[in-house]
Amino acid sequence: MVRLSKLFGIFCKIGILMFGGGAAMLPILKAEIVDKRRYASAEELIDLYSISQCTPGIIAVNIATFIGYKLRGLAGAAVATLGVILPAVLIITAIASVLTHFMDNRYVIYAFKGIRIAVVALIFNVVIDLARSNLKNWGKVVVFAVAFVTMLFLNLSPALLVVIMGCGAIVLGEYKRRKAAK
Amino acid sequence: MIYFWLFLEFFKIGLFAIGGGLVTIPFLFALSEKYDWFSRLELTNMIAVAESTPGPIGVNMATYAGFNTGGIFGAVLATLSLVLPSFVIIIMVAKLMDRYSCNIRVQEFLSGVRPAVIALILWAGVPLAQIALTDEISIVIFVALLAAIRLWKKSPVFYIGVAAIIGIILQL
Repeated sequence: MVRLSKLFGIFCKIGILMFGGGAAMLPILKAEIVDKRRYASAEELIDLYSISQCTPGIIAVNIATFIGYKLRGLAGAAVATLGVILPAVLIITAIASVLTHFMDNRYVIYAFKGIRIAVVALIFNVVIDLARSNLKNWGKVVVFAVAFVTMLFLNLSPALLVVIMGCGAIVLGEYKRRKAAK
Repeated sequence: MIYFWLFLEFFKIGLFAIGGGLVTIPFLFALSEKYDWFSRLELTNMIAVAESTPGPIGVNMATYAGFNTGGIFGAVLATLSLVLPSFVIIIMVAKLMDRYSCNIRVQEFLSGVRPAVIALILWAGVPLAQIALTDEISIVIFVALLAAIRLWKKSPVFYIGVAAIIGIILQL
C-alpha cells in the first residue's frame, strides 16, 4: 500500500518536472509511475492517457486523479490531484505577484512586446498541429469551418459551442446507424 | 461576490475545456470580453508565463487569471474550481468502467468537439494576433518565429526567451 504522503510527493515532483501540456508529460509520467514505482503498466498508462483526453479537464490532472484513485481510493485521488497542481499554484502566484511590480519597467515592457509575438506564433503553431492531426476528412473540415464562422458571427460562449458540436455529432452518428440498419 | 463568479466560470472551463491545457485559452478569452477581470493584453502575458513555467498549462492559466482577479485566494479558488469537474468525472469513470475505453457515444461527441476546439483556439488567436502584431517589424518577427517553431520544435520556453531578447534589443 502506497502511503498518502508519498503519493502526494510523487505527484508534486511530476508537477514541478512537467513543462507545457499534453503529450510532453508522458515520458515523465512513464519514468515516475511505470519504470520507477510500478504503480501501473505502460499499457495502462496509455489507456489512462486516452481516457483523459476523452474527459473534460487538464490531461495531467486527470491522470493524477485516476492513478491516485486506483492506488488509494478517494483520498488517494484527492492527494494526487492536489500534489500535481500545488507546484504550479505556488510558482505562478509568486511570479504573478513579482511581475506586477515590474510591469511598468521599460525593459520588461519591451520584452513582453516580443514575448506576445512568440505567444501568437505558438498558438498558431498549435492550431496547425491540431488541424493536421484531426482534420483528416472533409466532414471534419466542415465542422471546423462551421464552428469558426459561428464563433465569429454569433459570439456564442465557447462552452455552448462545445455542447452543440458534440451533441450534433451524436445525433448525426445515430442517424447514420439507423440508416445503415435499414 | 466576485469569488462566486470566479468559482462558476472556472468550474465551467473545467467542465467544457476538452482536450488539454491550451483549450482553456478561448474560454479565458471569452472571460476577458465578459468581465473586467483581465484584458486581452494581460491574457497574452499570462499565456507566456504559463508556457514558460513548470506545471500543466491549464492549471497555470487558471492560477494566473484567478490571481489577477482575486489575489492569492482567487488563484487557489480558480484552480480548484477548474479541477473539480474532472475530479468528479474521473472518479465516476474509474468506478463505472472495468475496462478503460471510450464508449461509442463519447467517441461521437468528441468527433464533433475536436474540430470545434481547433476553431475555438483560432478564434481566440486572431484578436490576440491583432494586439501583438502592430507593425511590419512585428509581423516579420512573427513569420520568422512561426517558421522556426515548425522547423525545430524546441520547447515553447526557448522561443519565448528569444522573443523577449528580440523585444529588448529592438525596443519594440
